[in-house]
Amino acid sequence: MSLFERAAITGIGETAHGRGLQQGSALSLQMQASLAAIADAGLSPRDIDGVIPVATGAAVAEDFITNFGIPDLRFSATTPMGGASCVAAIQAAAAAVATGICRHVLLPIGRTGYSGTRIGARVHEMPQFRTIGEFELPLGNVAPAQIYAPMARRHMELYGTTSRQLAEIAVTTRRHAILNGNAAMTKPLSIEDHQNSRMIADPFRLFDCSLESDGGAAVVVSSAEAARDLRQPRVLVMGAAEGHPDSPSVITQRPDILRIGLAKAAPRAFAMAGVKPADIQVAEIYDCFTYVVLRQLEEIGFCQQGEGGAFVEGGALGIGGRLPVNTHGGLLSQAHLAGMNHIVELVRQLRGQGGAAQVEGATLGLVTGYGDMGDGSIAIMRRG
Amino acid sequence: MSETFTKPIPHPTPDTQPFWDGLARGEYLIQRCKECGKLRHYPRPVCDGCWSMAHEWVPASGRGTVHSWTVCHHPFHMGFKAQSPYILLTVDLAEGVRAQGQLRGLAAEALRLGLPVALGYEREGEGPVLPIFRPAEET
Repeated sequence: MSLFERAAITGIGETAHGRGLQQGSALSLQMQASLAAIADAGLSPRDIDGVIPVATGAAVAEDFITNFGIPDLRFSATTPMGGASCVAAIQAAAAAVATGICRHVLLPIGRTGYSGTRIGARVHEMPQFRTIGEFELPLGNVAPAQIYAPMARRHMELYGTTSRQLAEIAVTTRRHAILNGNAAMTKPLSIEDHQNSRMIADPFRLFDCSLESDGGAAVVVSSAEAARDLRQPRVLVMGAAEGHPDSPSVITQRPDILRIGLAKAAPRAFAMAGVKPADIQVAEIYDCFTYVVLRQLEEIGFCQQGEGGAFVEGGALGIGGRLPVNTHGGLLSQAHLAGMNHIVELVRQLRGQGGAAQVEGATLGLVTGYGDMGDGSIAIMRRG
Repeated sequence: MSETFTKPIPHPTPDTQPFWDGLARGEYLIQRCKECGKLRHYPRPVCDGCWSMAHEWVPASGRGTVHSWTVCHHPFHMGFKAQSPYILLTVDLAEGVRAQGQLRGLAAEALRLGLPVALGYEREGEGPVLPIFRPAEET
């Protein structure tokens, strides 16, 4: 049995995104986003019978029962893969609705990454970081920027990838955030701005790094059958997969430090969906760092390994470009919601609700997640 | 630990204590499976080749080559603020596993993939003995 078109995203919701908006706790932010997503679907909060909270987040399944008065929650799970969690949760939710365990699964997230504890400073508290916490943190390998930088440096040395090519990703993403209107970053960014920004962990400059922001986002995954009667155009999940790199928790010991979990997940998702990379009209790619976008584009198969730098040049990732990417502004410029905002945006695009950032005629797209040293997740969707 | 040592310290477990004991006497120890001989690093309970938990510890030769690096400018932990920027090397040890350590005695501009480096040991104040790398002597 395949999950091909057995599930649909039926509701999407977001709070305002920003830094220090003082709009509530991480718990209340995800409740606000969840209520918006449920209303968007045309459902009542009591219709939710499954929930996949973010494993390291502020809420547990019980919070949703308590706050929404859910009478019979039939399914709860977590997908603890850092930034790959939200998209990996689509696979888990699709499996739950396809097998009849439940009908409507809520995927919520809310964070006070700016006002509360900074995301980058607390990664070592997570069990997935136990090994580098013992063997690399004492050496000065503290934050994701430092932990991921050697992958980018090696890519540059092997293939001639440049910082200006990484800047292309940051600049295009900022342009999209401005089009979106609900984004933490609102000032235009140029390649020169990027090149002049301070070095964080070479080769990553400030504008290669994602934001820490406050906000919430949520989606509802329903069975494809149940989705027929709901309020919005159906967005069907054609393929979904997760993948874990070899030496998943320690990049240093990975046989090929460039290879990420998406290399395993993407072929599975495309095979399930019955489409190929060239068919994709819009892609929301997890962007904790610019380089991570570039490398995922290669692993998905939009270009060959080593060609990512050339692929992103010349505004290729812009709306109207070769492959519109992160049409909402991503983690780099809209908000850091561990990629839930990427799912929201893909659904918006495929419904034709993308506003000023709408990719004309887009009916088929994909979203990826990336986290915890390189775990990967992907979902391919179409309007239907 | 002294109050003057502000960097993060390792919290060894019974599985990993021998590695830190090795560093303390100037040896970088790698686990070797007693059943199949496969090396594994960082220390962990089970051989992923044959699933044996029997192992011994062998000292690294100290020879290696640069696999990649980063220059850490922004100190994400206050303990590293005074020495920023510092260079973190990822090194292919001659034995076939990798090690990480700060680079001493060479500027980032001189780094390239495959550059030979030598493992060394350094202790700061009351902190643990940590591995570092220097440019390899010409041979």
